[in-house]
Amino acid sequence: MSEEVLLDVQHLKKYFVVEKNFFGQPTSLLKAVDDVSFQIKKGEAFGLVGESGCGKSTIGKMIVDLYTPTDGKIIFNGTDLSALSKKDRRKYCKDIQLIFQDPYASLNPRMTIGDIIAEPILTNHLRPKNEVEKRVEELLNCVGLSGSYRNRYPYEFSGGQRQRVGIARALAVEPKLIVCDEPVSALDVSIQAQVLNLLDDLKEEFNLTYLFIAHGLNVVKHISDRVGVMYLGKLMEIAPKGELYHNPLNPYTQALLSAIPSVDPNNRKKRIVLEGDVPSPIDPPAGCRFCSRCFKRMDGCESFDSILREVSPNHHVACKLYEQAGPGEAEHDKKEA
Amino acid sequence: MEENKEIAETSSITVGLEEKPESIWKSVWDSLKKNKAAMISLVFIIILVLVAVITAIFPGVLPHDPYEQNLAKSFAFPNAQYWFGTDQLGRDIFSRILVGTRVSLSVGVIAVAVSLTCGVLLGSIAGYLGGKVDTIIMRLMDIMLSIPSILLAIAFMAALGQGIDKAIIAISLVSIPEYARIVRGEILSVKQNDYVQAAKVIGDKNSRIVFHHVLPNVMSSIIVRATLGISSAILDASALGFLGLGVQPPMAEWGDMLGRARNYILSAPYAMIFPGLAISLSVLAFNLLGDGLRDALDPKSRQN
Repeated sequence: MSEEVLLDVQHLKKYFVVEKNFFGQPTSLLKAVDDVSFQIKKGEAFGLVGESGCGKSTIGKMIVDLYTPTDGKIIFNGTDLSALSKKDRRKYCKDIQLIFQDPYASLNPRMTIGDIIAEPILTNHLRPKNEVEKRVEELLNCVGLSGSYRNRYPYEFSGGQRQRVGIARALAVEPKLIVCDEPVSALDVSIQAQVLNLLDDLKEEFNLTYLFIAHGLNVVKHISDRVGVMYLGKLMEIAPKGELYHNPLNPYTQALLSAIPSVDPNNRKKRIVLEGDVPSPIDPPAGCRFCSRCFKRMDGCESFDSILREVSPNHHVACKLYEQAGPGEAEHDKKEA
Repeated sequence: MEENKEIAETSSITVGLEEKPESIWKSVWDSLKKNKAAMISLVFIIILVLVAVITAIFPGVLPHDPYEQNLAKSFAFPNAQYWFGTDQLGRDIFSRILVGTRVSLSVGVIAVAVSLTCGVLLGSIAGYLGGKVDTIIMRLMDIMLSIPSILLAIAFMAALGQGIDKAIIAISLVSIPEYARIVRGEILSVKQNDYVQAAKVIGDKNSRIVFHHVLPNVMSSIIVRATLGISSAILDASALGFLGLGVQPPMAEWGDMLGRARNYILSAPYAMIFPGLAISLSVLAFNLLGDGLRDALDPKSRQN
């Protein structure tokens, strides 16, 4: 992994208008993503986790230009994508690709597998027409499918196979960054592992960088180098995988980790059960977003400016507990907990 | 890698062994074949088409000249010579019905083709682009829909003048909103699909997305609607003919025959019954075929 930053997301915001008044001015906003910043280095797999509705998929969709950010910058390889015109932005389609969550909905039922994979090659003029056929076969082999499947329709395939086709389609343009939007959450557990292994292998083989979005820490653990935890449109914690799993600092991360079931009966952790529901992103709590459900809440959480602070090298946390914390104090807290 | 490949291949046993799969249209045809009503209708429609074509190319096959008047034989009861009887001017009703097939069918097909093309274009633009364009197009369509279609068609005929060509234009115009609405609604739901989003991520242009990803997936409901639309166009043309706005005499058209015979409904009911039957049966055939197609094209019923 090099130190070169491939994707730099700065103060990204996405507000959806829920209600408008008679004159078309928004009166109610849903803050799906609210001031999120992170960086992904070349060759890295960055995991983004959080509950449903926390805005993680919205970030992915903004990076591939399916949503236009309300504010903030998406800097890819030094270019600010959010400032480009539609036409110029389209040139970056071959660098950033998306793997969809639902393999049943992401393949056009009227096209053969071969046509689906050939389309990005033809659209972006990556190969001369007579070589496309060969390339499609190559891609199918890459994702572990036989080249003879190219004349079949999506409905003839199982979920795992379809997801492989979706991966092949994303690979077809030889992208630098792939946004994996919960690529295994619609699959059987047995198939999940296969697809995750495949993604891991492909990353090595084609020198890819992943933004891996998932709603559970266990899936992310498998594939990511660094992990970001989101809650209600905000990033709560970013840390290298090992650090995050062994020394979670944010109470929300601690609760998430405690929810991973353990197969070892001697190693059962006490589960932290959060009370209440996720507040509505239309009218999120003031201060720290998590304060209404936090089990370590203290005075001042309601007015806490929830931005990430580096408490130890590469470990960023947004929490009142570590407001003034240098690395030493964070250690202290760990022993106490 | 190798391991993955192996697993993927063993889990695909259900897919079968032959290289080339059945095309979607083949399986639609297979499931349509099982629907008796639709198949009988299809045969009936094919006969109608044959009749229309043959009577146009070889008028000699008709038992009598459909335009030859013979007042001495007016209102002959159906008999061996005149199968369906004769009308008030002594013309053979059977021959006139056969000749009228051509008019009714061509009105149906042409009117549907014209209104379908306009409707699909307007509907796709409105549905795919959304926003202000959508509002303007759809409000226009709503205005047209708010006026009863036959009344609107009569108004168009009053402005355009009489004649079968003008009747086709009038019928096409009044049925555009229906197609535009259906297509727009379907596109709104199809464009939410991940595969349309995937096409955007790949870098496809809007036009390609609409023609390659959206419209093919809307096609089945358009086909069903078009089949049903032919029957209502035939009905509309007959209604205009009945009101004396369609074809010009002495041309034979089912609705026109019906309209002219209605004064003699008590003394010579057969002069009305047979043209009426021709209209009902062909409308019924197109409706049943449309229903059959809808069932056959439904992916849920097709897959199992």
